[in-house]
Amino acid sequence: MSESIAAYDPSIDAPLHHHPVYDYDSGPPVERGKFAIWLFLATEVMFFSGLIGAYIVLRTAASEWPNPQERLAVDLTAFNTFVLITSSWLMVKSLFAASKGDKAGILKWLGLTILGGSFFVGIQVYEYFELVSHGALPQGDIFWSTFYIMTGFHGTHVVVGVIWLICAWVAAARGKYSPNNYLGLELAGLYWHFVDLVWVLLFTIVYLF
Amino acid sequence: MSSSTTTQERPLGLDPEGTVHVSHDHHELGFLRKYIFSVDHKVIGIQFMLTGFVTLLVGGLLAMGIRWQLAFPWTEMPLIGKVLFPETGGVATPEGYTMLFTMHGTVMIFFVIIPLLTGAFGNFLIPLMIGAPDMAFPKLNMLGYWFWWPGIVLIAMAFGAEGGGPAAGWTAYPPLSTVEAAAPGSLSGQNLWLLSLTFVGVSSMMGAVNYVTTIVKMRAPGMTLFRMPLSIWGLLISALLQLFALPVLTAASFMQLFDRVFDSGFFTPPDVVINGQRPEELGAASGGHPILWQHLFWFYSHPAVYIMVLPAMGFVSDIIAVHGRKPIFGYKPMAYSMAGIAGLGFIVWGHHMFMSGMNPTVGLVFMTATIMIALPSAVKVFNWLGTLWGSRINLTTPMLFACAFVSMFIIGGLSGIWMASTPVDIYIHDTYIIVAHFHYVVFAGSVLGIFASIYHWFPKMFGRMMNETLGKIHFVGTFITTNAVFYMMHQLGIAGLMRRTADPYAYETYAHLQPLNQFISYSAFALLGFQIFFVVNFFHSIWWGKRVGRNPWKANSLEWETPSPPGHGNFDKQVEVYRGPYEFSSPEIEEDFWPQAAKV
Repeated sequence: MSESIAAYDPSIDAPLHHHPVYDYDSGPPVERGKFAIWLFLATEVMFFSGLIGAYIVLRTAASEWPNPQERLAVDLTAFNTFVLITSSWLMVKSLFAASKGDKAGILKWLGLTILGGSFFVGIQVYEYFELVSHGALPQGDIFWSTFYIMTGFHGTHVVVGVIWLICAWVAAARGKYSPNNYLGLELAGLYWHFVDLVWVLLFTIVYLF
Repeated sequence: MSSSTTTQERPLGLDPEGTVHVSHDHHELGFLRKYIFSVDHKVIGIQFMLTGFVTLLVGGLLAMGIRWQLAFPWTEMPLIGKVLFPETGGVATPEGYTMLFTMHGTVMIFFVIIPLLTGAFGNFLIPLMIGAPDMAFPKLNMLGYWFWWPGIVLIAMAFGAEGGGPAAGWTAYPPLSTVEAAAPGSLSGQNLWLLSLTFVGVSSMMGAVNYVTTIVKMRAPGMTLFRMPLSIWGLLISALLQLFALPVLTAASFMQLFDRVFDSGFFTPPDVVINGQRPEELGAASGGHPILWQHLFWFYSHPAVYIMVLPAMGFVSDIIAVHGRKPIFGYKPMAYSMAGIAGLGFIVWGHHMFMSGMNPTVGLVFMTATIMIALPSAVKVFNWLGTLWGSRINLTTPMLFACAFVSMFIIGGLSGIWMASTPVDIYIHDTYIIVAHFHYVVFAGSVLGIFASIYHWFPKMFGRMMNETLGKIHFVGTFITTNAVFYMMHQLGIAGLMRRTADPYAYETYAHLQPLNQFISYSAFALLGFQIFFVVNFFHSIWWGKRVGRNPWKANSLEWETPSPPGHGNFDKQVEVYRGPYEFSSPEIEEDFWPQAAKV
């Protein structure tokens, strides 16, 4: 075999200098960033499926399960849920403003979204402090174990989302978004909607049932 | 650093005329940006490969430690004994032996096989084979490599953790892994292990998002899905497996970490007494179940088995076609069968748990689904044989390793079908048959596949050939010793020898197996010794190998259109794809190969 391997021939084999970079797009008609964020959200779905699936298995297998209404401040969290869902709507408003090229609109609506998200985190931190001061800790029982791991990871995601939105707000303030290109804002928005959606599910199965 | 960029109109979709983004870069990067914190997929791929060699050596030495203990129990372990067991003067302890096989499994799976296949070859090959200048997100790609490092550092720290390293097996079954009373002395080792795996998981996730986006969005004009080389199919499907399976392991690892750090009770059943203590009395929650971990763990780790073999299947398909000068037999069935293996791979995890306590009906479902994987696997094996049949085989080193992959995969695959049936599994569960089976697939399969790929793509990576004579010595030695090691383990398993036993000869039943174990150990030491030929060959050839041109193997796929090694941006001319990658010995042209990018 070795004799059939052609010797190095500079006239064919040497790299051409100063050549352009050839970058193609093979579709589908969606930006690379948006395609990737959907893949990332799929991994997030699987992550929360692991946590929620374990919760469902543990709860159905348990001989008795405490009534969440007796342990958690459902009214307060219901209001908090309302705030988070509203922030999703505010996010849509800011995207609408971006599509119109309305910079002031982006800053206003996105700022309100950030406020909503921060309010949610604040209430959750307050809830945690109250619970811990009443002696409710992950080692209390399996209810608290599942409660803390699910709401804790969701809360972490909200914090990440708020930071992401603040970065988008700064980018908007610097005029990085135009009506033709506001992909960065859209990606932050997709993540934000996902985080809200997970919360609706968690609130339902952890607090209400 | 100056660069001028002109972006032409970029309509989306497969349109060769309008989709070219042309940028002229004239800048030289410093050493640090070029070789260390590089965003170039080729450099990142080679970084993964070289780091993988180091971890492979560590994992291999741990295996030698296991073999030493099984051949000569409770004697001083040469070389690594003094490092791992300083307090006993180099003699393994029972907990130390448990740590050895735990870390061997962990290192080999998460730090060698998966990073070498997807990290090294995935990074290096994907853009080159589909005709792209780089990955879709080069910085994310670099971040993926550097997220692997905290994992390496943490797992290295785990060796020296207070109270000994992680010793719950690579499967980390609770309560052994979660309840401190179950493994006396286990303190932070298992925590480090869990954190390490989380970093590796994040690194893999970044890689997988990047690979799928790149393969879907950045193919050269004319490169339809069914003109992609099978390597790319294997990498695409294993990236999808990682995306959908790995997060579940991350979730489960966090639950286990919570159990250990915050005393939660996900995996601790109520009123269990472990080593004379009830976890509740020690202030821990209970009400969970250990089998929950097994389900979550195997939901990832069974698909992970296919992550560890599907890319190698793709590489081997390409190598067999190139070195056999014949089109791959049944190209589309090869792609579909990989997808079939991956799909079925998601619904068979329960076959690891037949002995864990399972409703027999559920066991039957898992058993049937597992046996069904034989169908797509057999399609692949017969198509490889069909490709080899009547081909003009060049017995080059990559071809030898690729043929070894096929034959070894047949042995590992057949024992897999047989042990999937519940009645058989109940008898052979946790014996050396299982060890023989998965080493045939993962070592004799995937690792030999990796060797084939290194010999095959080395000219593209470094522009030089590896030495054929040294390569053949490496092949013959590796092939013979591999079989001497792992085939004999079937014998041990049939004799009933249990895995994970530090000193099986303490039991009268197993005392007669020591000579066989010694034979296996001598073969294993020889197996490690033969790798010296590879290491010498590899590093010698980087600088002093025979200089080769763009296409030394006369192959068809796009990576051979680039200079060897390819420069920044990969392609120095515009490529368009006119046909599939396996047009060898075509009657339509004079040459025996017909590159994908050749217009006529």
